[in-house]
Amino acid sequence: MWKLFHQFGSPPHFYRLAGYLIPWFGAAALILILVATYGGLVLAPADYQQGDGFRIIYVHVPSASMSLFAYTLMATAAGIGLIWRIKLAHAVAAAAAPIGASFTFLALATGSIWGKPMWGTWWAWDARLTSELILLFLFLGYMSLRAANDDTGKADRASGLLAVVGVVNVPIIHYSVEWWNSLHQGATIMKLGKPAITGDMLWPLLMMIAGFGCYFATVLMIRTRSQVLQRERNTHWLKEV
Amino acid sequence: MLSDFLHMGGYAGYVWSSFGLTAAVLLINLAGARRQFKQRLAFVRRRMAAGDKT
Repeated sequence: MWKLFHQFGSPPHFYRLAGYLIPWFGAAALILILVATYGGLVLAPADYQQGDGFRIIYVHVPSASMSLFAYTLMATAAGIGLIWRIKLAHAVAAAAAPIGASFTFLALATGSIWGKPMWGTWWAWDARLTSELILLFLFLGYMSLRAANDDTGKADRASGLLAVVGVVNVPIIHYSVEWWNSLHQGATIMKLGKPAITGDMLWPLLMMIAGFGCYFATVLMIRTRSQVLQRERNTHWLKEV
Repeated sequence: MLSDFLHMGGYAGYVWSSFGLTAAVLLINLAGARRQFKQRLAFVRRRMAAGDKT
């Protein structure tokens, strides 16, 4: 068990393992996203209230759920890095931030594009939208804190603390539609009982979420490898790469 | 058929801009990650090669 734990935190081991896994996750992401796009744009029937405008959910919902997943993963990795002083964990957290920021930006932008025809406005200072905007600022704040510190150890500690404290925002985003009166609709899939959506519309959405998940894993491994190359630039094992 | 599909029941501008923006952001992030990796790998390789000579 300890050997496994030690191996997992070992940068050379991670570097090699990620090298094998990246093409597989990349291929899975490409196939899942392409099939889900076809399913969402062509096969799924138009919504009886929103017509074809509802199809925006096929990029909006996966972006929004991955933004929360990316933040949770980043905060967990940063927490592990702070508590057990595992450098690889900080590398993973640092690698997750720009991808999470991209997903958050997409969730806000596609939500805004959907909101214009459906709500009649691009933006509202509503609980769900505001808390998601705060998530974007948390990602950007984390990245600026890292960029402002030349010393990697200091950057890890300062940005890691921000990531861990900011994690309170994640349940706020998730439950915002229940806690406050919101323009945003309630949960469709992640709720007790059956999802409130027909199967024809649901499978492309779930497949798109899986595809975005594989995309996230792919880019996360590429970015973590870059982090490892920079952090380990003075070590011997890099002669092999 | 095809023009109906592209028309998206009157939501064409909204649907296509959402999908286009998503594709663009995901591809830019991937390209940036790959470029950064290649640069750092090239840097490490040069450094290791230089280190071997001394």
